[in-house]
Amino acid sequence: MHAKPIANTRSASGMPTGRLAVWWLIASEIVIFGGLLCSYIMHRLAHDSWVDYAANTNLWIGAFNTFVLLTSSYFAVSAHERADTYKDGAGAARYLYYTMGGGLVFICVKAYEWTTEISHGMTITSNTFWSFYYTAAGLHALHVIAGVIIMGIVAAQAKRNEELHRVELIGIYWHFVDLVWIFLFPLLYIAK
Amino acid sequence: MSDAHHDAPAHDAHAHEAHAHPNYWRVYLWLMVLLAISVAGPFLGIKIVTLITAFGIAVVKAYLVLRNFMHVNVEPRFVTYMVSTVLVFMLLFFSAVAPDVMKPDGDNWKKDANWQHVPAAHAEHGGGH
Repeated sequence: MHAKPIANTRSASGMPTGRLAVWWLIASEIVIFGGLLCSYIMHRLAHDSWVDYAANTNLWIGAFNTFVLLTSSYFAVSAHERADTYKDGAGAARYLYYTMGGGLVFICVKAYEWTTEISHGMTITSNTFWSFYYTAAGLHALHVIAGVIIMGIVAAQAKRNEELHRVELIGIYWHFVDLVWIFLFPLLYIAK
Repeated sequence: MSDAHHDAPAHDAHAHEAHAHPNYWRVYLWLMVLLAISVAGPFLGIKIVTLITAFGIAVVKAYLVLRNFMHVNVEPRFVTYMVSTVLVFMLLFFSAVAPDVMKPDGDNWKKDANWQHVPAAHAEHGGGH
């Protein structure tokens, strides 16, 4: 009888179960975010007045947060390289902490941005544009927070050289969160 | 089942782990260049340029992240099919719903004349700083 953990040995699909699960998660997330963004796009194309509302979003804040997320993605993939190529759990954990730092900076900037907008009367109930804006950006921010928490757990394990394959799994999730922002940025901050 | 039976596919599965890592720093620098272009695009004030630099570059950035950071190219082919399938579902959703949302009228219905305009009371909230 074999007694190895199923998550990194079963491979009927040609990949470890953990990674397969992450890809299924991402497929379901694409439907969630895709549905939301498709709805936004069709409403935006149908309502010329939304250009005026979009003009209130801050391009520089959006660009800075894009820079932060892309940089954190670089750290995440570097963590994977440390774990995969060098079997260096401590090095992987260090890069994961950098990635978490990026996520926290993103959330802090988002909090500042929303505080400014809400204090100027642009709230989630103001009109449909702002409803979409806060729902899409808020759902994304929740994913960032979830990613940071999970990454903290994975980093703690990696530091002890345990479960190093999980470094890649959380990385794939984090890159997806980055991908969503890559499309939210032009939709909410550039197209005015 | 024997251990050997389990270990063989496990070995195949971990073959993925041995893939060569691309130069991540170079990919990151390209992403930064693309970000700079997408931010600079709107300042030219030409709508079509803004659309291309915003959405065209977003697609290129997404491709770079998918290929180099998420390693889709070294995953089994079905991962690409899985992701492509849900993207097709998104297009189906858009093409089925967009006519209702974007068209002012249909065979047996017609929207209110002011359907594209937000009521004034609501417009004040989003009117700007």
